[in-house]
Amino acid sequence: MLAVVNYPLDWLEERSGLIGGLRYFLFRKVPSDTNWMQTLGSATLTAFLVQAITGVILAMYYKPTPGDAYKSIQNITDDVTLGWLVRGMHKWGASVFIILMFLHMGRVFLFGAYKYPRELNWVVGVLLLVMGMMEGFTGYLLPWDQTAYWATVVGINLNGTAPFLGPWLAQFLRGGQEIGADTLTRFYSLHMLLIPGAIFALIGLHLYLVVRLGVSSPPWSKEAAGMERDGHPDKPLRRGLTRPAPRPAGGRD
Amino acid sequence: MDTERQHGDEPHQPSPTVWPIGFAIGIAVLLVGLIVNPLWLSTIGGAIAIVFGVLWARAATAELRGRTVEVEPERRDLPEPGGDGAEAAPPAAAGEAAMPLPAPGERFPRNRFLEGATLGLGAVIGGIITVPVAGFAVLPSFLKQKKSTVDLGPTTDFAEGQWYTTTFIADPAEGEVSRRTAFIRNNGTATVSGAQEPSFTIISNRCAHLGCPVQANGPSGAILGMKNIVQHTKNGQVTLVPVVPAGFGCPCHGGQYDTEGNRTAGPPVRALDRYAFSIVKGRLILESRFSVSHVDSTGAQAKIHKYKSVGPGEHVDGLEQILYPINPPHH
Repeated sequence: MLAVVNYPLDWLEERSGLIGGLRYFLFRKVPSDTNWMQTLGSATLTAFLVQAITGVILAMYYKPTPGDAYKSIQNITDDVTLGWLVRGMHKWGASVFIILMFLHMGRVFLFGAYKYPRELNWVVGVLLLVMGMMEGFTGYLLPWDQTAYWATVVGINLNGTAPFLGPWLAQFLRGGQEIGADTLTRFYSLHMLLIPGAIFALIGLHLYLVVRLGVSSPPWSKEAAGMERDGHPDKPLRRGLTRPAPRPAGGRD
Repeated sequence: MDTERQHGDEPHQPSPTVWPIGFAIGIAVLLVGLIVNPLWLSTIGGAIAIVFGVLWARAATAELRGRTVEVEPERRDLPEPGGDGAEAAPPAAAGEAAMPLPAPGERFPRNRFLEGATLGLGAVIGGIITVPVAGFAVLPSFLKQKKSTVDLGPTTDFAEGQWYTTTFIADPAEGEVSRRTAFIRNNGTATVSGAQEPSFTIISNRCAHLGCPVQANGPSGAILGMKNIVQHTKNGQVTLVPVVPAGFGCPCHGGQYDTEGNRTAGPPVRALDRYAFSIVKGRLILESRFSVSHVDSTGAQAKIHKYKSVGPGEHVDGLEQILYPINPPHH
């Protein structure tokens, strides 16, 4: 019976190496005293995936035109089967996503996990935070009710008060001099295509760096930082805190 | 020998089989049958597909079921020396000395040229695609911004000295989403360089802080027994609601203005914007909007300190105006 499960997996592994890659990604070594706080990043990723999936389904019913946007939102909430649930997940999940990003950021800050060699991953994380806030800003307009409209007027005009290029940025965001149909479609496109694409790419980079640099130990860890955990404790290595193993010199050639 | 071979030591070469062809024929017959004769032809096609599908599945899983699979190794036959026109290669020792092997990392002009050509051609193709797309993304926000005028109906609708909260559609092509509001007061006539000219105070309702809609601080004209006036012009339904304001106030962040639009309290950085106007055949026509730093005096005697139209929150005078040196094109 085990063979029935293993055969297709072996088939896939032999032709792609994907199974091994997944094992490498999931069964990494982490410090023995990792903490529940260190799951906040995964929680944030989960929140983002919920947003992505519910957003794709909402896009099947939403109509980004001034005449139809609010009506289609009402239709999703009142008429479409389980539409209230999916829209609710997307609406409340947006707040969950933002809150989790900040909690994750706070954890990294308080654990000092942004220090060498993980500075670049902090920078990538900050870019993800900015992208997340832009998702919040562009998504807020889409219900096209009074709150959405005037909050976006204020938000765009806030950008407009930035010195020098502010007025240009505001006019670019509006797609003209006044908020109208062009603003709605442009925010919709940014909200569902451009920014999520950038977030996916940045998450890929973020995770790559996590895997490459390893998970940091908590600040109260008894094991000294900068030592190989499963090697020679008398040989301090200034190379991350726990991993990775050194790459063989010369590469594959 | 065979028994010692570990699983995975050699790549699996799926043995050639004819079953997929039969399966494909069966599916094709099934699909054609759906159009031609669903009952018989489709049944036959389905049967063919099932039979060959099962045979194919059995062949594919033969190894899994422990049957030894005969795999014919792939071969490249060398041409026989001297045979069939192919010349035998000369022995290595014959002829001139062979070219020396390249040093590790040595680069050749051809190598460099190909690398440069690939990168350069890629950049050119990328540029050809990116430049128009980026222009399409950015330029429409700034070019061809149309200037429109708004017909508010006969000037006689505006009783002298009375404020009206006036709503209209700024751009009929854009529709209801471009409905705007202005506070309008007929000041009677003003003396301009010796001549008597009609005077209107027309204040935009967009707050000079961040663009929220300011409201008239005061009751509507209904308490004086005045009725709303509704007009239909090229700018959709134009509604005049009589109002008795002591000033204007913004609900968002508490900006307050007097009846000339001067800021009296709160965060706004200048007075409320105003509209220029003209009177054509007795009808009040709104022209473009302009920004105002402040207004001295009131009504027909008002001295308005005018500036080019800028966005909310931008200073038009004082030291801070240097923060906004160039504004995007506005009408």
